[in-house]
Amino acid sequence: MQALDQIFVTLKQWILALSFWPDVIKPILSALISIVPIMVVFGSCFAVTTIMERKGLGRFQNRYGPNRVGPFGLLQPIADAIKMLTKEDIVPFSADKVLHFLAPIVLCVPVWLTFSVLPFGRNMSAIDLDAGLLFFFALGASSELAVFMAGWSSRNKYAMVGAMRAIAQMISYEIPLVLSTVTVVMIVGTLSLNDIVLAQTGFTFGFIPNWHVLTPWGFAAFLFFMIAATAETNRAPFDLPEAESEIIAGYLTEYSGFKYALFFLGEYLGLFAITGLAVTLFLGGWSAPLPFLNFIPSWLWFFAKFGTLIAIFIWIRATVPRLRMDQLMKFCWKFLVPLTLINLFTTAAWHFAGTWQFSGAPIVRWLICAAIVAAAYVGMGRGLTLNRYPKRIYRYAE
Amino acid sequence: MPSNGPSLITFFVFAAITLVSAIGAMSLRNMVHCGLSLAMSFAGLAALYLQLNAEFVGFAQILVYVGAVAILIVFTILLTKNADVHLPRASRGWLSGLAIAFAVCAAIAVPILKSPSLNRLAPAAPSHSVQRIGEQLMTTYVLPLEAIALLLTAALLGGVVIAMRDDPVDKLKPKADLQPQRRRGAEAAMESTSQRLGG
Amino acid sequence: MTPLAYYIVFSALLFSVGLAGALTRRNAILVLIGIELMLNAANLNFIAFWRYNPNGTEMAGLMFVIFSIAIAAAEAAVGLAIIIAIYRHYRTTQVEAVERLKG
Repeated sequence: MQALDQIFVTLKQWILALSFWPDVIKPILSALISIVPIMVVFGSCFAVTTIMERKGLGRFQNRYGPNRVGPFGLLQPIADAIKMLTKEDIVPFSADKVLHFLAPIVLCVPVWLTFSVLPFGRNMSAIDLDAGLLFFFALGASSELAVFMAGWSSRNKYAMVGAMRAIAQMISYEIPLVLSTVTVVMIVGTLSLNDIVLAQTGFTFGFIPNWHVLTPWGFAAFLFFMIAATAETNRAPFDLPEAESEIIAGYLTEYSGFKYALFFLGEYLGLFAITGLAVTLFLGGWSAPLPFLNFIPSWLWFFAKFGTLIAIFIWIRATVPRLRMDQLMKFCWKFLVPLTLINLFTTAAWHFAGTWQFSGAPIVRWLICAAIVAAAYVGMGRGLTLNRYPKRIYRYAE
Repeated sequence: MPSNGPSLITFFVFAAITLVSAIGAMSLRNMVHCGLSLAMSFAGLAALYLQLNAEFVGFAQILVYVGAVAILIVFTILLTKNADVHLPRASRGWLSGLAIAFAVCAAIAVPILKSPSLNRLAPAAPSHSVQRIGEQLMTTYVLPLEAIALLLTAALLGGVVIAMRDDPVDKLKPKADLQPQRRRGAEAAMESTSQRLGG
Repeated sequence: MTPLAYYIVFSALLFSVGLAGALTRRNAILVLIGIELMLNAANLNFIAFWRYNPNGTEMAGLMFVIFSIAIAAAEAAVGLAIIIAIYRHYRTTQVEAVERLKG
């Protein structure tokens, strides 16, 4: 099973060892062999996710999704691609042409770059950077500039309003996103994503995996990370900046054809990247949940967890109503940020309680940390909604 | 001992990008273009830091400067309605400003180019890691770290307080002042109609 | 293999571009952009000297730049807040308009 697990690594080494490559192009070839499969895999993930999302949303809403194009509508992405590519590319007359053209590119390039540090399997990350997590967040922050460029260059009121809302939302939710990952960095002690996954590969008591989501602080941090990730990628219930019923398409209003497809692609790829990061940081990356399941290759585990999280995102999109802008902001600054700060404190308590030596210490520290997290959540939740909503009065027809 | 230092071609490419976008940031007509050109020069500088094996600083530069400071500058340009204004070239003393800047550049660059000790090539890449940076931050540089924490808190609070609106004070003014104007307007309207009708 | 002098000269060029902008432009935001360029030029200087240090374990240059980035961000935030506050009162961001305390 080791062979199946490392099949891609050995394939790459075999290709590089072929004798007819000149030495000069070996580094470029090595980079290409790492990059091209990532682009192919996540490109096809994008196509599959669009159709799965539409069919999933349809089923949630008690209707069929698209079912015309292929068997059960599964060839719909091809129809979508043909439509996007053959649509006329309209640029408004008074738009800023250079910025209007550059905005989708500035969005897509950093998002593609973020895939290079994610570990997809054992020894299977494209680059192993010492500061990989910081690299990821730096590129996530640069995509906000693209949103602004798109909104402003369209010279459209709705586009500008949508862009400002989107940027305000993305900047605000970066704070809970980064703070919840700081807890993981504190415990593991490194910013390298490969090392973070390696730290989660053991099993305590023989069958409970060492994943961070199974610790109280890690569970809280995972929830905050998922909420902040939903907001960062402008996905429901935080999709006010691009909601069709609110603001037409927000900052994407003046884009059509291939550029719109690029924005769409960039948004979904951002979702995939953040989901991959959530799997890496909290769900143990490519490690198996139970020790006897190690025969399944590591990359299959990564994509299984990844697919589960994407399905959860689609589920949340179908279920939860949209948040208004002020509700969104209040939720971030008044609820998530204090809770993530308290989570930092809980993580520190966990780390220092790990040095206790009396018997039953692991259970005690689990209980203490869980108590702090639960008390903080309940306290903040109740405290913030104390006198906000009056008691409901039911009136019946007499 | 010359070893794997930054290569010359990539240095010139990144330096050209950074310099051109910096000159653009200072001389473009449209202010939003200035702000975005500044973001590009920040990105070029981050590339130079990465070339110099300072990865943590390079990524922090992108995260802080491109991801926050550039967006802040662009937001301020929009909030102060400078977005579609075409700026005049420069103020009256622009020639002397350029002359001073040129003099400063010459004063720094000429001694550097003439000095023999600065003409050296790079030694081997320093052995540092993010762990070492963290260790140093917590041991040798803990005092600047705490000072920065204080400074950032003060800047956060100060920024919010300075940019806050003064409206709550205005809301306390009584609304009765508006009534006389409306009555006067109504009276004036009645007079004009009576004049037209009555002759 | 670039010599250290090239980095320092480039940093001087960047500094003088920022200085020229800060001295000649009328808009307060452009002056702030010039100041940010000057700070970045100084940061590049520090990193270049850190990299070209024969002593491989010295970290002072790197740490200085980390603090400098944090300080520059804080200063940009407060400076822009002041510009917004001035805009509310004077309805303009020209630096020559703020002259009530002159003379």
